[in-house]
Amino acid sequence: MPSITREEVAHLARLARIELSDDELDHLAPQLDQIIALVGQVSEVAADDIPPTSHALPITNVMREDVNVPCLTPEQALSGAPAAEDQRFRVPRILEED
Amino acid sequence: MGDLTRKTAVELSELMTSGEASSVEITQAHLDRIGAVDGAVHAFLHVDTEGALAQAAAVDKKRAAGEKLGPLAGVPLALKDVLTQDGVPTTAGSKMLEGWKPPYDATVVQRLKAAGVVILGKTNMDEFAMGSSTENSAYGTTHNPWDLNRIPGGSGGGSSAALAAYEAPLAIGTDTGGSIRQPGAFTGTVGVKPTYGGTSRYGLIALASSLDTPGPCARTTLDAALLHEVIAGHDKMDSTSINQPVPAVVDAARRADVAGLRIGVVKELGGEGYQPGVEARFHEAVELLTKLGAEVVEVSCPHFQYALPAYYLILPSEASSNLAKFDAMRYGLRVGDDGENSAERVMNLTREAGFGAEVKRRIMLGTHALSSGYYDAYYGQAQKVRTLIARDFEKAYEQVDVLVSPATPTTAFAIGDRVNDPIAMYKNDLCTIPSNLAGNAAASFPCGLADEDGMPVGFHVMAPVMRDELLYQVGGALEAALADQWGGVLMSKAPELEVTR
Repeated sequence: MPSITREEVAHLARLARIELSDDELDHLAPQLDQIIALVGQVSEVAADDIPPTSHALPITNVMREDVNVPCLTPEQALSGAPAAEDQRFRVPRILEED
Repeated sequence: MGDLTRKTAVELSELMTSGEASSVEITQAHLDRIGAVDGAVHAFLHVDTEGALAQAAAVDKKRAAGEKLGPLAGVPLALKDVLTQDGVPTTAGSKMLEGWKPPYDATVVQRLKAAGVVILGKTNMDEFAMGSSTENSAYGTTHNPWDLNRIPGGSGGGSSAALAAYEAPLAIGTDTGGSIRQPGAFTGTVGVKPTYGGTSRYGLIALASSLDTPGPCARTTLDAALLHEVIAGHDKMDSTSINQPVPAVVDAARRADVAGLRIGVVKELGGEGYQPGVEARFHEAVELLTKLGAEVVEVSCPHFQYALPAYYLILPSEASSNLAKFDAMRYGLRVGDDGENSAERVMNLTREAGFGAEVKRRIMLGTHALSSGYYDAYYGQAQKVRTLIARDFEKAYEQVDVLVSPATPTTAFAIGDRVNDPIAMYKNDLCTIPSNLAGNAAASFPCGLADEDGMPVGFHVMAPVMRDELLYQVGGALEAALADQWGGVLMSKAPELEVTR
């Protein structure tokens, strides 16, 4: 039995906001299945009493003084925008019609 | 004076100090070389001719005015296209960012500019640094200057190939699982991954934030050390930057002494799956270091065998969330914005069109590993394995000063060989990944050519956190001893590239 089905891969694509074609799904599902079998090897390690590491080095939150520092101008911030209007990012409609 | 593109950074610096060559002349020589060979190598995605010559002229002017300049002032460099440079196209090898010009400099770039280093252009890479061959670049594969039918390694294949093709004496890479060290090994050049947090990630387009580390690439150990010193050090713009002095890497590269140094050969990084020619050169290098006075022992790191599976859970998990920002709203590609489609639909269409196959694979894998019901079994368990790998290192460093292994199980393979087999591709990074998971410093130094194919082999050195200088001590000693043996550096054995105008 595969560790991940084609339907599950299609669901993941929806979660990841990627519009996959049927061809891509056919290709990707068996590949992901193989990769998941590989990464699943981590379960062989007895690690119940081992603390997880999220970061290689011990780190603490970093704070700075609450002072104004130079930042991007509106023109710079919008310079890479796919569409801009009135010094704002113009985006497609965010509400569904009904 | 000879061909300026064959010089090391140190030699170029001396020529400028003595007035025998200007930075403009040196920069122009490298731009000409790029023009002559990059059609075949394809190391560069963008060459900033005007910007580079302007930077060079500015350095020459300062030198003429008697200003005190750093050792790399006026020396040209190739910059991996994953770091932002103000006003210069930055794509990370992806269609998602085609034509994007960032409005700011990465910290590494700011420091290069402040040191007077001349940035020639942006180098090719696997898309968003996901890959080991540059075959995942949306802009075509880079070719290995040692054999144009082979890959140069990845993700930073463009930076390392630029060095090996004499298009630049210095380059910057970034290393998340081996993306500096593996291409270094495959091209017969030096590649150093500093301690995580030793170099700033500000302005580096993130792949996996807990692993990403910018670092120096060069043809010699001393050149790499000089570049390391320029780019390293605390940065308040990166919350994981280490606030400590930069290790004395340049002194160590000059000292190049291993007498009394305790070196541990990692038992688990060799044997089955390792190419005989790679193992032969590796063991000869170990013998050479023993002759130079190092004390060599074998050490065991039993959890390293789980580094690859743990990495391919941690990396995709972090990448899937980092790459969520490519949503077609504020910058980069936007597809399907016809006035009818919703923002969500535009997002889906854009990510489908803008991401390549490997990026999609890893985003999906990360999304899966982080989903409820799987989190503990995958991501949580991988983080525990990460702890065990770090403990293997700690235990080993109680016995020895540095660990060594081959940098890669094989030499550079043929273009197209592994594109349809992601797992074979992932296994390139078996030796390099543990150091990313544990955050310690590591580097690859050239140690000869494999008998089977005549391709370069990399010698991998791993040093404890913030002991980066030990890498240069070993690398420098090895380089000097091998140069004595060969009557020159390894790169002098590389075939001449055909020059086209």
